[in-house]
Order: sequence, then structure tokens, then C-alpha cells
Amino acid sequence: MGLLSDPHCRRALSRLVVRLNTPLCVLSYVAGLGWFLAMALPPLAPRTYMSENAMGSTMVEEQFPHGERALAYGRDFAAQKKKAGGIPVAWLEKTMWGLGLEVYKQPFARTLPFPDESRERYMVKGTNIYGILRAPRAASTESLVLSVPCSEGTQNSQAVGLMLALAAYFRGQIYWAKDIIFLVNEHDLLGMEAWLEAYHDVNVTGKMQSSGALGRAGAIQAAVALELSSDVVTSFDVAVEGLNGQLPNLDLVNLFHAFCQKNGLLCTIQGKLQRSDWDTLPAYAHSLQTLLLMVLKQGSGRPQGDHGLFLRYHIEAITVRGINSFRQYKYDMTTVGKTLEGMFRKLNNLLERLHQSYFFYLLPSLSRFVSIGVYMPAFGFLILVLALDLWMQLNKCEAASEPRPGLLALVPPLVVCHAAGLALYLLPVLGQRVATQHFPVSEAEAVVLTVIAIYVAGMALPHSAHRALPGGGSDRGWMTLKLLALLYLAAQLSCAALLNFSLGFLLAATMVPAAAAVRPTGPRPVLAALLVLSTPAVTLLLGIFLHRELEERPAGLAEGWQLFLQALAEGLLQHHLYGALPFPFLALLTYPCWLLLWNVLCWK
Amino acid sequence: MAAPLVLVVLVAVTVRAALYRSSLAAFIAERVEVASPLNAWKRVVEGLALLDLGVSPYSGAIFHETPLIIYLFHFLIEYAELVFMITDVLTAVALYLAIQDYNKVVFKKQKLLIELDKYAPDVAELIRTPMEMHYIPLKVALFYLLNPYTVMSCVAKSTCAINNTVIAFFILATIKGSAFLSAVFLALATYQSLYPITLFAPALLYLLQRQFIPIKPKSKSFWLYTMQYAALYLCSLVVIICLSFFLLNSWDFIPSVYGFILSVPDLTPNIGLFWYFFAEMFEHFSLFFVCVFQINVFFYTIPLAVKLKEHPVFFMFVQLAIISIFKSYPTVGDVALYMAFLPVWSHLYRFLRNIFILSCVLIVCSLLFPVLWHLWIYAGSANSNFYYAITLTFNIGQVSRARQTRLHFEDCTGSGVLPATVNSAGCVWPIQSSIAASCLSCSS
Repeated sequence: MGLLSDPHCRRALSRLVVRLNTPLCVLSYVAGLGWFLAMALPPLAPRTYMSENAMGSTMVEEQFPHGERALAYGRDFAAQKKKAGGIPVAWLEKTMWGLGLEVYKQPFARTLPFPDESRERYMVKGTNIYGILRAPRAASTESLVLSVPCSEGTQNSQAVGLMLALAAYFRGQIYWAKDIIFLVNEHDLLGMEAWLEAYHDVNVTGKMQSSGALGRAGAIQAAVALELSSDVVTSFDVAVEGLNGQLPNLDLVNLFHAFCQKNGLLCTIQGKLQRSDWDTLPAYAHSLQTLLLMVLKQGSGRPQGDHGLFLRYHIEAITVRGINSFRQYKYDMTTVGKTLEGMFRKLNNLLERLHQSYFFYLLPSLSRFVSIGVYMPAFGFLILVLALDLWMQLNKCEAASEPRPGLLALVPPLVVCHAAGLALYLLPVLGQRVATQHFPVSEAEAVVLTVIAIYVAGMALPHSAHRALPGGGSDRGWMTLKLLALLYLAAQLSCAALLNFSLGFLLAATMVPAAAAVRPTGPRPVLAALLVLSTPAVTLLLGIFLHRELEERPAGLAEGWQLFLQALAEGLLQHHLYGALPFPFLALLTYPCWLLLWNVLCWK
Repeated sequence: MAAPLVLVVLVAVTVRAALYRSSLAAFIAERVEVASPLNAWKRVVEGLALLDLGVSPYSGAIFHETPLIIYLFHFLIEYAELVFMITDVLTAVALYLAIQDYNKVVFKKQKLLIELDKYAPDVAELIRTPMEMHYIPLKVALFYLLNPYTVMSCVAKSTCAINNTVIAFFILATIKGSAFLSAVFLALATYQSLYPITLFAPALLYLLQRQFIPIKPKSKSFWLYTMQYAALYLCSLVVIICLSFFLLNSWDFIPSVYGFILSVPDLTPNIGLFWYFFAEMFEHFSLFFVCVFQINVFFYTIPLAVKLKEHPVFFMFVQLAIISIFKSYPTVGDVALYMAFLPVWSHLYRFLRNIFILSCVLIVCSLLFPVLWHLWIYAGSANSNFYYAITLTFNIGQVSRARQTRLHFEDCTGSGVLPATVNSAGCVWPIQSSIAASCLSCSS
């Protein structure tokens, strides 16, 4: 504070900031983006390392022999599933009993707030089945989970088979110190949510009906969700991003990586195989792509696999997907089983929860990570633009000779903008009945279209807000409003960046330039275009195109639009079903803030 | 002037009543920033339950309220929400009346000085007009009643609101010049939360000033009045403590209230500076550092009394700020009380450098408290360092603000003449350096 408290220094500094405001803002913005791009470079992304002692130094020798048995179980399961037309409850129970597990089933039902068209479900009924392998060496106070989704068609039957074979093998071993829960969950995340709520005897989302879980096995330490749909695999893909962009402890990812390497399995993250060279331009582009994909996925706040809901309960979890693509080397079930066996044996050695390694990180590849201390400056530079602009506004406000407008004059735009946000949050789901009665659309379409309609209609609000503003139409009026909007934006982006860095960074990268530049004077059409481009909905649309581009299957305009509509419906559903935060955050905070900026632009 | 006050009160009561009925109330009551182990409502209920069972409420390690509070709620438990709304309103009205009276005094003094031509020519813009001063009491009431911190504190039914009321009454009594009531309320405030004992000095200075008794160690009347006030204070304190003894028929409350405040055994995170420090420290150092930390609250009274003896009300404000920063279990309710006084010195705002930046710091910190709490406790991904970092930032924001207000108060009114270049950083620097020291020791 010394620098700011000394009047001479302060005056010099403030003169400098005011005179060089635009170049400084541009510089800071470029520095922020530049820092982000540099994060894929080796100096900023050190190699990952195992921090947890219990998992690092001890070696385990994997002996899983039942590869063929796994395939046989898988075929049986597929046949039984086809016969039963859903999850073959009786067969699974019988088989698990036969393996010596304690078996429980948990029926659940959930009515969605509106039909989910991409997955074709509305009133969902299902059953989760899980078997507990009691540890011979401990008193059922801690457990590990291996979960497999029972999805539509023949998918994942090999995963169920492998799980059963692993259970059979694990049952015969004497070294288990933690119970192991083998879980088959129906209706992917819905089943998982039902199971987790019942297991912990809580009701987070409110509307899930299920019979409580009967059997428990102590506090769950870690969970692995397995997805596998072929008899042989060429590589493994790991998904880490959970609900609201929460990430599991980096040690769990390291563990997976270590065992893949030990067994010679190829492993990928975001579907990208890491390159062996680091210092070439293509290698840099490759890791940047991986990093960007992670940022986009984390920013969406959507769980990228069935593990995503475990994280909310303080359980470290990852999803492991077996991939069968056109590569030369194929691995059989025995190798895959050995990898999982190794992971579980090391997790079994844990003495306390995984906490040694990082929880806040970005992965430009599986063997490199960017920690919070390194990625936060990128966001900091973007926020600095807002701070510089705030200072500028403040100076202008002080310098302006006009009388100060009462703060009351700012109340109408604030209230109107937040009312619009509230309408955007509440109306789509509440008004779907009315919409389907009056328009020829289905419920899901009605919800999505209402969201878009309210969103666009909000842009017409400044005109009505101004009419309610007597004498507020001075220069100082808009400056004060802009000051407020900038402060509001900076505060909410910092909160968002702490909870979910990617969301905060993406919003900052798009909204900050427009927010800093906006003013009612000057080239209005340009500013209006800039502001419209920076709105969260356009960010989402661009994010979808970028995502497809990075996955190397670019989407056309029409397809992109369809994906956009789907993403909107998905966002609402995720919020209502699992309590995902991006939709309420955008609707209740970011959108009103953007409307305030729009108000500044339309100031008369 | 009464009409706007009534309007403010009505708005404030409506907001509180609405929040009591909403689902937010339970969430707010759980927040560690709002409810500390000393004043959480849950603990009051626990104490009452024990009392009803015929067990001493202090027999567990949960309850740390004073006996008078527990007997107050013994009769009023049904109307608890009403009690908290009324205490808030009473605080605001007391502050309103006190500041109204204080402004009259200031105005009279200013008029006198203008007539005597004591002011330097360039202080014209600092001289307060009646028009400006007319609204200050209302602003104080508004700042107190509609401050989100006060609202949250009231909705969480934190008994901090009651302590604030007692302190507000004490200020009112002092400014009205009633030595007896002032001593009684000061004793009550001390009895409630111990730290207000440091307000003894500003109150005494104000009363002396009011009686036109010169503050000189050699004058006899000075000592006489001081002894009188001290005797009044001590007598009322003894009476209150004996009353508490007869209510419960045991001295249990002394260790579980004052011992609890002084020795800081409960290290639940809060917005203060104690918890992290003592959670990290080796046990055998803790006694020494408890003393060091507690001295902070009491120590600054002496230099401040020397420096600010001409401005006891401002002294009182600074002392309240110091208490709310350095007390062992601070909550946002304590912060709200001294924040309410800010409008009184609104004429000095133009000299406050960085006041905007500091306000932004405080706002952002208030928002980050729940975010980091979530990351630490629920998500498990962050840890206590994150939360304590924000606590530190919040307190540094508070300290710098208190310090700046003080510096400028001295610059502008130090000797009645503006150009007096007082090197006034002297006695508040230790505060900053102690904070800096704790920063350093925590980061290492």
C-alpha cells in the first residue's frame, strides 16, 4: 500500500495508468492469453510424479489370470440382458452370490423435469446392483468402488464380464484391507446419483425416489468407473472432469498412468495420445489441443463419465474407457484385468485419503500437468484488464464536473437485468406446459426455445429501463453503471475461476475485452457486435465448434446449431438432476451482468 | 426526521422477516463467518436444554454465553426472532440518537472556532454545513440496519446483535453525558464480551471533555472524576457478576465465558486471525502466543488515548474497529457495528486514498469466504490455507481502512488546523506490522 499511499507516487502512477490505459489493457489481455498458450510448454508444465507414499514405493505383482472367463461372463451377461430387455437383475444377483459377494439391489425412480430427447428418457425406472467383497483383514470401515454402467444395447457387456472376473479373482486373495464394492448402475449418471445418495443417506437433488441402500462398506476411498465394449483394446482413455469441473486428486491419474506404462498399454487423455518428443512445434500444438479440450470439457461443468458424481462426496474417482481402434497392437482382457488389479491393490495400500497431490491442475498430456499457481496468472492478467479499466472509470467519474447521479438512478437497470436473469432461470421449466399447449412443439423443444427467446428478449430491455430513469441520462450515469458492471463482472469471474477455473477463464477471455471497451459513444455498431459476440450463449456456440474442431471431426453450421440446442437442454437437465452449477451461474449472474453492459451501450 | 428513520426500520424489519421465512436462514445460521462458538444460536438452544434438565449449562464444552443471556432467552425463546429484530432496531435508534447529539456538539464547537477565527483559510471545504450533518444520523442508522452483515447476523440469530445493542446504548449514554448509565452499560458490555473494557478510556475522555475538566495528571478534579467513573464501572460490574452467580449459584460461567474468550480453545475457522495460527502451532508455545495475540486488542488503547484525547468519539470508533479485528472470535456482526460509524466521518472521504480499492477488497473477500469454504470443506480440493489467505486479506483490508481513516482524521483535525503535518503513523503501524508478521509466519 506504500506505493498507493504516497501522494506523489500515486499521482504519477494514476497519470500513467490513465494516459496509457488502452495500451496497458491490450497488453494485459494479450499477456493473459499468451500465458495460457504457453502453459502447454514444458517449463510451465512439469512432469507428473506420485506424491502418495503408500502408492509410490511399494510394488505389487499382478497375477490376474481370468481373461477368458471375463469374456465368457460378458457374453452371458449380454445374452441375459437381451432376454430380460433391461438389466438382468436375477442373473447378476445369482452370479455375484456365486462368487461369494454380499449382493444388494437398489431400485430407483426419477421423473425428469422435461423429456431428455438425446437419450430418450423421461420417467426413469431402474435398478442398481452391487456386491460387496468383505475384506478379510479389516473391519469394513473403508472401501473402494469398481463401477460399470449397464447401458443400452450390447455396450459395456465386456466391462461387466471383466468386473465379475475380477471379483472372482479378488475373492480368493487374502491381502484386502478395504472392502471392494462391485457396482452395476443402470441409466448411467441417474443410477449413480441414486446409488450415491442412498449409500450416504442424503437427498441432495430432492426428487430421487429410491429404496435406501441396504448394505454398506464404510467410507469410500476411491472409485474407478470402467467402460469397455470390445473383446480386445488398443488403448485406454481416462476421463477426469467431474460435476462442476471438479477434478480427482492427481495421484489417482498418476496411478492409472503408471500401471498402463507398466503393462505396456497405450493410454490417452481427451482421446489424444501423448507424443514422445516435447520440443517441436507439432508436439506443442498437440499438447495445446489436449489442454484446450480439457479446458472446454471442464468449463462445461458436465461430468465426463460415471465417476463425475463421486467427487461431490469427497471420493476420488476416474473413468477408464477401453478403446478399440485401428492400431497394430491389441491387448487382451488379461492385460486389462492386470492393470485394474494393480490399481486396486495399490489403492488397498492407502493409509489415508488421497490428499498429497494436486486437486487443481490442467493436463496438457498424461505425463505433464499445470498446477494452480501456474495457471492462475493467466486469469489474473485478464482480470487486471478489468481492474485497469475500473481505475480509468473511477478517475473519469471523479474528473467529471456534472453533479453526481443518485445511486437510486441505478436501481432500475439493476433490478430489470436481474429480473431477466431470474426469468431465464425459472420460466423455461415452469412454462413448458403452457408453451406446448400454444405452440406445436414438444416439451424439450419448448424449454430450449423459451431459453433462447428470453435470452434474446433481454436485449430489448434497456429501452424500457431507460424510460424509468428520470435525469439519469448523463455521462456520469453511464460511467457509474459501467463501474458497477465491471466490479460485478470481476467479482463473479474470480469466484467462478476458483470453483471451476476453465469456466472462469473462458468467460473472462470472451467477456473482458467487450466489457472494457463498451461505452455509449464511439462506433456503436462495432461495439454492439463485439458485445453480442462476447455473450455467454455465443461463447457456448463457439465452444462447441472449437470442441468438434479439436476432436478432428468438425461440425457444419446446421450440426453445430443442433449441438447447441442439445447443450442447452443438457445444461438445464444437469442442473435439475445433479445440481450442476453452470446454468444457474450463467442465468442468474453472468447474463444480468452482460445485460448491464448492454445497458451501458444503449445509454442515451 | 423521524419519518425516514421509521421507513428504514420498516424496510429492515421486512427484509429480516422475509429472510427468516426463507430457506436461506438455515444456511446463513451455519456460516462460520456469521456465527462463532461464542454466539451461535445453536449453542444457546443447547444451553437452554441443559438448563431445563436441571444441569448446569456450562457443564459441557458447548455453551459460552453469559448467565443473563440464558435467562433472557429462558423467558423469550418463543419470541427469539422478534427479540433479534428488536435489538437490531434498538441499536440503530440508539446510534441515531447518539450521533445526532454528537453532531450538535461538533457543530457548536465548529461555530465557536469559526467565530474565534481559528481555522486556516484552506479548510473551508472541510467545515460541515448543517444540511450535510442533518442526514448523517439517518445514514448511520441505514448503514447499520441494511448492512448485509447485520442482516445476516440477525437472521442467524447470533447473540452478537445483543452485544452490539449494549455497546450502542453505552455510546448513547456517554454522548448524552450520563456517567452513571454509561458506566452501567459499559459494565454490561464488558460482562457480555470482555473486550469492550477498552472502551473505558474513550468514554472517560469524552465525559471529562463534556464536564470541561482538563486532562492533566496534576489536576485534582481530573483524578476525582476518573475515580468516580471507575468506581461506578467496577461497582456495576461486580453487581452484574454477583447477580449471575446468584442466578446459577455457581462460578462455572467465569472459566467457560471469559476463560474461553481469553485462552481460545475452540479453533473453528472464522474471519479472525487466531484459529489458523493456533491450529498450526506446537502446544507448548500456545500460551505465549495467546498472550501476544490478546495484547493486540488492549495495547493500542494507550497510544490512541494519548494521540486522540481531543477526539474521544473517533477514538471509540477506532477502538471498536480494533476489537472487531483482533478479538478471538470475531463475526461479521462486530464488523457491522463499526462500519455503521463510517458516515460520521464522511467529510473526510475525499482524503481517503484507496477507499474504493479497500471497499472492493472487502466485498470480494466477503464473496470468496463461502466459495473457499465450499472448496475446503465440501469439495475437499482446497485446504485451510486458502481460507486463511482470504481471512488475512479481509483483515488487512479492515486494518488499512481503519488506519487511513485515522491518519486523515488527524491530518484534517489534528490541531484544528489543516496544514499540521503530523507524523501520525506512529501508533497504528504496529497493527500492520503484526499482521505482516503473522502473514510471514503462516506462509513459512
